[in-house]
Amino acid sequence: MAEPVLEIRELRKNFGALAATDGVSLDLRPGEIHALIGPNGAGKSTLIHQISGSIRSDSGTIRFLGQDMAGLDMAARARLGLGRSFQISSLAPEFSSLRNVMLAVQAKQGSSLRFFRPVMGDRSLTDPAMAMLERVGLAERAHLPAAELSHGERRQLEIAIALALGSKAFLFDEPMAGMGPEGSKSLTTFLDGLRHEAPILLVEHDMDAVFALADRISVLVYGRVIATGTVDEIRNDPEVRRAYLGETA
Amino acid sequence: MPPKPRLSRETVVNILLALMLLAFPLGASAMGETFYITLATRIVVLALAAVGLNIALGLGGLVSFGHAAFFGLGGYVAGILSTHAFNAEPLLFGIEGTTSMPVIWLVAVMICGIIALPIGAISLRTTGVYFIMITLAFAQMIYFFAVSWPAYGGEDGLSIYVRNEFPGVNTAQPLSFFLICYVLLMLALGLFWLLRGARFGAALEAGRQNATRLAAVGIAPFNIRLVAFVVSAMMTGIAGALFADLNKFVSPSMLSWHMSGELIVLIILGGKARLFGPVAGAMLYVLIEYALGGITEHWQFFLGLILLCVVLFARGGLLGLLAGKARHG
Ligand SMILES: Nc1ncnc2c1ncn2[C@@H]1O[C@H](COP(=O)(O)OP(=O)(O)O)[C@@H](O)[C@H]1O
Ligand SMILES: [Mg+2]
Repeated sequence: MAEPVLEIRELRKNFGALAATDGVSLDLRPGEIHALIGPNGAGKSTLIHQISGSIRSDSGTIRFLGQDMAGLDMAARARLGLGRSFQISSLAPEFSSLRNVMLAVQAKQGSSLRFFRPVMGDRSLTDPAMAMLERVGLAERAHLPAAELSHGERRQLEIAIALALGSKAFLFDEPMAGMGPEGSKSLTTFLDGLRHEAPILLVEHDMDAVFALADRISVLVYGRVIATGTVDEIRNDPEVRRAYLGETA
Repeated sequence: MPPKPRLSRETVVNILLALMLLAFPLGASAMGETFYITLATRIVVLALAAVGLNIALGLGGLVSFGHAAFFGLGGYVAGILSTHAFNAEPLLFGIEGTTSMPVIWLVAVMICGIIALPIGAISLRTTGVYFIMITLAFAQMIYFFAVSWPAYGGEDGLSIYVRNEFPGVNTAQPLSFFLICYVLLMLALGLFWLLRGARFGAALEAGRQNATRLAAVGIAPFNIRLVAFVVSAMMTGIAGALFADLNKFVSPSMLSWHMSGELIVLIILGGKARLFGPVAGAMLYVLIEYALGGITEHWQFFLGLILLCVVLFARGGLLGLLAGKARHG
């Protein structure tokens, strides 16, 4: 078995008395989509925040491409190739979609301490950014401020940004939320192809999408992983059925 | 690309403001009204200081309530260097004073940069109200230092007996001095425009809109903001040196928190992050000060009313009213 791209061991995070992440261990292997499911408040978003570095863990280790992430902030982890999308989308609202992606292209190219050359005429920024918007189907909205995009479109834009960063692993937090059935379907197809570029840790409530996409599923309940397995294993796991799937069925 | 008019409305407004600012003292000079030339120079110098602050506050969203520190430092550089040159007393380590404006500006830029670096590095560990308070605290420290240091006049300030010199220009003539300040303002606006349009400006503005987004693409907001803070302080420092030469006087009041507040007010009046926001703001501010200051001592009350209207009804400031909402390609 190939080395996992992302290796999480015994990760913990308490908010006061609440154990939001309670000894989580999981792997993300090359080429896979690993879905993370669980009821609201289970700690899925908290885990994504811990991995990407926007929340500091209390204990446990995160290894990405063999490197310990301890002590690296969010920007440093992003530079190493951890690309993410947010459950509540987080964009530069005044900038157009294009400029939001251009920011990622510029970050990937290296220093932002360049003071004179205008970005708007710079094809080395605009061309790759436009290409990413085309890939996620947002090209027509390229010149619209991010604030004016629909919820679904903002998710797509965040994915375009993660693509532009040349991410080596994707952490997507409910990318289908706020999309109609059409949108979910086309995003499902898109993510299906994306796994060959980089593995995806996918937090998602849309079970059709999860069952269609996931190579493996982990079920998180009250900050603990109660089961990890293939789609069939998870579907037939009695504890999972009781704790989670039973509620939604 | 969407179709764009050849000259945006904002560009036209900017050109008109620049021309008005130039025409006014030229006219005043033709009529022999030196006072109005001085008034225009005051507008230009305050605008230059505010263009500097606009880099941090407008582009970066860093509400520095301590930029008077750099304005005053620039002023003291001009005052101290020229006093030493005038008295033919060397400064520390046998370095001579100077009455050359370009040298003074260079020293002001360096001193402001050197001092802004640690102030920024500490202040930028905080955000929001804490950032405002820490920058204020640093500026107050420098203010009290100037008040209590008798060598350069302490509370009474320091006079510049003869306006400093610029090669090939008679700076004692008000219009010539105005033109020096005007050219510097235009250069500063050019630099602001370049910075804003470049990668640095993109990162700085993205960080203002959403620092998490900036970090999520791998750019540490702190580094970008620190550079912005230092560049901003340097530009405000040059304005301070010119202000001292304009008044032929520098005192701790240039370092006081009132001054910091005044610079912020100029930007809010004119329009945050807008290229000509500080220019429009300084024009409005100095004209209000002149027009109402002649009638009542309480002109600042009316300034307050205007500011209130801007904050409540015209968030984009004067530029927002004249040129509409800002656009980012
Ligand atoms: N910053 C925070 N401070 C305190 N409690 C939090 C914070 N963030 C999340 N929580 C709590 O942690 C638990 C897990 O939240 P979250 O990770 O958002 O769950 P999920 O994404 O699975 O719905 C919830 O009970 C939530 O209220
Ligand atoms: Mg969540």
